[in-house]
Amino acid sequence: MGFHHPAFIAGAFEHPTRHAPDKSVAQLHAECAHGALADAGLSLDDVDGYFCAADAPGGIPALMADYMNLRLRHIDGTESGGCSYIAHVGHAATAIAQGRCSVALVTLAGKPRSSGQATGTEIRQIPPERPAAPFEQPYAWTVAGMYGMLARRHMHEYGTTMEQLAWVKVAASHHAQHNPHALLRTVYTTDDVLASPLVADPLRRLDCCVITDGGGALVLVHPSIARSLKRPLVGVRGFAETIRTNEAGRLDLLQTGAAVTGPRAFAEAGLAPADVKYASVYDNFTIMVALQLEDLGFCAKGEGGRFVADGNLISGVGKLPWNTDGGGMCNNHPQNRGGITKVIEAVRQLRGEAHPAVQVPGCDIALASGPGLVMGAGHAHATVLLERLP
Amino acid sequence: MNDAHALAGDPYVAAFPENRPFWEAAEQGRLLLPHCASCGQFHWHPRPRCPYCRSDAVRWKQAGGEGVLHTYTVIRRPGACYVLAYVQVTEGPLLMTNIVDADPEHLHIGMVLRCGFRATAEGRHAPVFRPA
Repeated sequence: MGFHHPAFIAGAFEHPTRHAPDKSVAQLHAECAHGALADAGLSLDDVDGYFCAADAPGGIPALMADYMNLRLRHIDGTESGGCSYIAHVGHAATAIAQGRCSVALVTLAGKPRSSGQATGTEIRQIPPERPAAPFEQPYAWTVAGMYGMLARRHMHEYGTTMEQLAWVKVAASHHAQHNPHALLRTVYTTDDVLASPLVADPLRRLDCCVITDGGGALVLVHPSIARSLKRPLVGVRGFAETIRTNEAGRLDLLQTGAAVTGPRAFAEAGLAPADVKYASVYDNFTIMVALQLEDLGFCAKGEGGRFVADGNLISGVGKLPWNTDGGGMCNNHPQNRGGITKVIEAVRQLRGEAHPAVQVPGCDIALASGPGLVMGAGHAHATVLLERLP
Repeated sequence: MNDAHALAGDPYVAAFPENRPFWEAAEQGRLLLPHCASCGQFHWHPRPRCPYCRSDAVRWKQAGGEGVLHTYTVIRRPGACYVLAYVQVTEGPLLMTNIVDADPEHLHIGMVLRCGFRATAEGRHAPVFRPA
């Protein structure tokens, strides 16, 4: 036990709602904050560091800090899309290690479901000042379309099949059936996925994640505070983030930012993929799980389709228990941002508080990893390795 | 409406004055690519400073106009069906584009494509590709 953990995740809360037409985004943020602090045995009065991303009202930390009347020593509004909250875990651990704060609160919330947003299938609106905008906006790309292109290229280069990728949805659905809050609790077969309507050829509706209202929050604390609380000790052991650029037109479309964040996070933690007992890997589309598992080192490049097939991601069945809450595929994707729920389920697994049907026995090392923004259009990536201490 | 006026009213042209030569050539059906005189590489989308060697010796160079289909998807929306694609032009870079004048059933990765231009709703002409 020589590893010095800079910070511990003492509180984790996933809002139970998936549809919240009668609540403001600010209220949802605050409810998540209260939930995570109550989980830790702390209160808003203890918080001295606040972390949020563009989903916070106004897109900045100040307005929610004002709403919750926080007294802060440290703020961080890093916006990296859906993986912002995985990045915030790393940033908070660093800030705590530097003495900038001792109780760090991370919140996410939003309402795309009740506002009727068709996240993946509506044409992406691209503000003119973005450098790529003049050269992307005419082509009416959709988020699903971008990932459809990745899936087709992966099939072409590596012989991946849509039946293999469908196993990602199948695995998530096997887990979601045990989650009373999951938006989709139906257990799907690969035939169900392959019979669902085409959204962006070759991707079908069931290759896509859900659209939900809701949110989540995390509380990270200094080791001395963690040891004074009554919660299991979940330490931050490794972290990395990056921006995966398009390499000015010379990119390998099939390489995600995980090719950078995975190896760096493992190196910082002194761990390897074989040490991971449970993995939360962001699942906006089935193909993205295969790509990231390759880049994180769980299988060789090009083997992602074969790796996810045949139930290999189902807890208790396959080699790599993954997204045991049902993931973005079936459970929750609040504000179209899956980063925080990835960390929350990893914390549940490390505490032994996942649903008994999906709990990984002796789960001591977990990974939470994901992209932000859109692959192919400039994206972020973050990976964190968490450890349960005795 | 003359071309200069159409370009002036396009917010995607106005936001990047440095890209104006690209859109003026596009009006005439010519594809320009940014080329670095220092390292000899083309890049995409255009920047005035080379993203590879960091030189400011980037000049517009007329492209051959050919490329191969790198990957694609067929997007079906109410009242619309179109092909979103990445095309690798002969000069090297991958360009996001639409494939036009083609039956989606007959597309395949690696097929040779030819650049053309399509007027946008905002006023500029955007490069699109069709089977060669």
